[in-house]
Amino acid sequence: MNAANAPTAAPYTTIVGLEVHLQLQTRTKLFCGCSTAFGAPPNTQVCPVCLGLPGSLPVMNRAAFELAMKAALALDCTIASFTKWDRKNYFYPDLPKGYQISQFDLPFSSSGSLEVVDPKGTFAPRTVRIVRVHLEEDAGKSMHDDTAGRADSRIDLNRAGTPLCEIVTEPDLRSPQEARAWLNELKLLLEYLGVSDCNMQEGSLRVDANVNLHIPEASGRIAKTPIVEIKNMNSFRSVERALIYEVARQWEEWQQTRAELGTMPKQTRGWDDPAGVTRAQRHKEESSDYRYFPEPDLVPVTVSPQQLAAVRASMESPPKQLRQSLQSQWNISAYDADVLVNQGRDLVAYFETLAAQVGGGKVASNWMQQDVLRMLKERGGAIADFPVQPAGLADLIARVTAGTFDTSRAREIFAEMVANGRSAADVVGAMEIAAVGEDELRDLCRELLARNPKIVADVQGGKEQAVAGLIGQARKQNANVNPGEFRTMCLEMIRTMGR
Amino acid sequence: MTLSRQDVAKVGMLAKLALSDAELDTMTSELSKIVGFVSLLDELDTTSVEPLAHPLDTQNVFRDDVPAPSLSTAEALQSAPRHDGQYFLVPAVLGESGAA
Repeated sequence: MNAANAPTAAPYTTIVGLEVHLQLQTRTKLFCGCSTAFGAPPNTQVCPVCLGLPGSLPVMNRAAFELAMKAALALDCTIASFTKWDRKNYFYPDLPKGYQISQFDLPFSSSGSLEVVDPKGTFAPRTVRIVRVHLEEDAGKSMHDDTAGRADSRIDLNRAGTPLCEIVTEPDLRSPQEARAWLNELKLLLEYLGVSDCNMQEGSLRVDANVNLHIPEASGRIAKTPIVEIKNMNSFRSVERALIYEVARQWEEWQQTRAELGTMPKQTRGWDDPAGVTRAQRHKEESSDYRYFPEPDLVPVTVSPQQLAAVRASMESPPKQLRQSLQSQWNISAYDADVLVNQGRDLVAYFETLAAQVGGGKVASNWMQQDVLRMLKERGGAIADFPVQPAGLADLIARVTAGTFDTSRAREIFAEMVANGRSAADVVGAMEIAAVGEDELRDLCRELLARNPKIVADVQGGKEQAVAGLIGQARKQNANVNPGEFRTMCLEMIRTMGR
Repeated sequence: MTLSRQDVAKVGMLAKLALSDAELDTMTSELSKIVGFVSLLDELDTTSVEPLAHPLDTQNVFRDDVPAPSLSTAEALQSAPRHDGQYFLVPAVLGESGAA
């Protein structure tokens, strides 16, 4: 955290940069027509191209390039008018060609940024600069059974050749919390754009983090701890936990060793989630020598301003813009807009339809957050499959506005609508719900006051809250009683009695 | 320009070649000749020449995102030194993939 906005700040600044790998939502691989569907039996989505068999030639998937451009444009990157691919050479059994087709010196995009804002204000808005976004192919998967000792490793090449966007940030994040929040914003953005499903469990989104500490010394000089790259993090939560752990570990190490950046090679540490620690990974000295050279099997790609405009025009509005437009169009708070937008595009569409039909953003937003989201969470599933669609909910809200029943009664009706897929009119009819007339309410009040002299005495003695006992009894007799009206009437009558 | 034995040993290691001392001698002298031959190009002034990304004067070759049939697993595995009918089998590899 920045010392300026955190008085109890640590005696160092945490410096974090992220490297995100993102599988693009294409039907086929980057250079061949094999399916990219997740979960198929091993080695069933492979062909001579992605197996790296001699004589096969890659051909670029147009959809992959366009999705990659969308991602880069959404991150405010500059798209290069000329780009090419390169071979990154290394040997690993899940890389059948012995090289990965990637981008080295002429990536298709560079110099972007993405801001993250916390509506709760736990950190100041942070703009994270993007160094570059490039397009490359994924490797296959290797599985090793540690329990079997020196067993063979098994290789599944279904994933080999899946289109992958690599997004590299500048080290602009200043805390583990910021890193997690920024990743959430990135994920939301990419989901909104339909670039990737960002499913970390299935490996569609993978994150490595680089972290070190800047420590101001008495002389004014800033000491920097060696940069550590953390791998093996399987959720944004584990990114945050790993960074918290690693920051504390580096601070501890600094106090003991005073080792600074540049005195040792960059270290890679793996996050052990169950143990909650990072562990040093074996370092191969030559591993960074990838001997990149231009990929002779792919021709370069050029992008014209017209093509760029067309891709831009096809892009949906990003979350940041949507938050602002929800606030201004429907007059809801930044916090409310954030909650709604963070649920995804379909929920925002539901909200906007509802708000238009009930003629107000605030009431629609309240119902969305207090009722729809809660029910949706309990039931699971998508908003598109929710049994009560905006028109049905708008009808219910209109009845509350008209005073037919109060909000707590409406919640019961809503629960019934959701549980059995019925309309408000249907539920209201079946439950014989109707506003209770004033005479009827007065009779009920009179009857209950007569039956509860102790409560009356309590209220007269100044304990107004004792009247709540009467409300419970009243609702038992007639579920349609509006608690607010009933309470007012009871108190009024008790006052009159006391005179 | 000449290559040192160390240069050749490093290139050999990167290519996963176990070179004997004798092979290292031969390779050092032969590779040096090749590099020397190519380094004739250094004599040219290329300051006004644009870097060449690809020898063909072709750009923008794409295919549509339409699935094509894959190989059967049996076909995919048939040339592998070892497999179990589902997976390629390789000597135990430990640690993370170096990729991506």
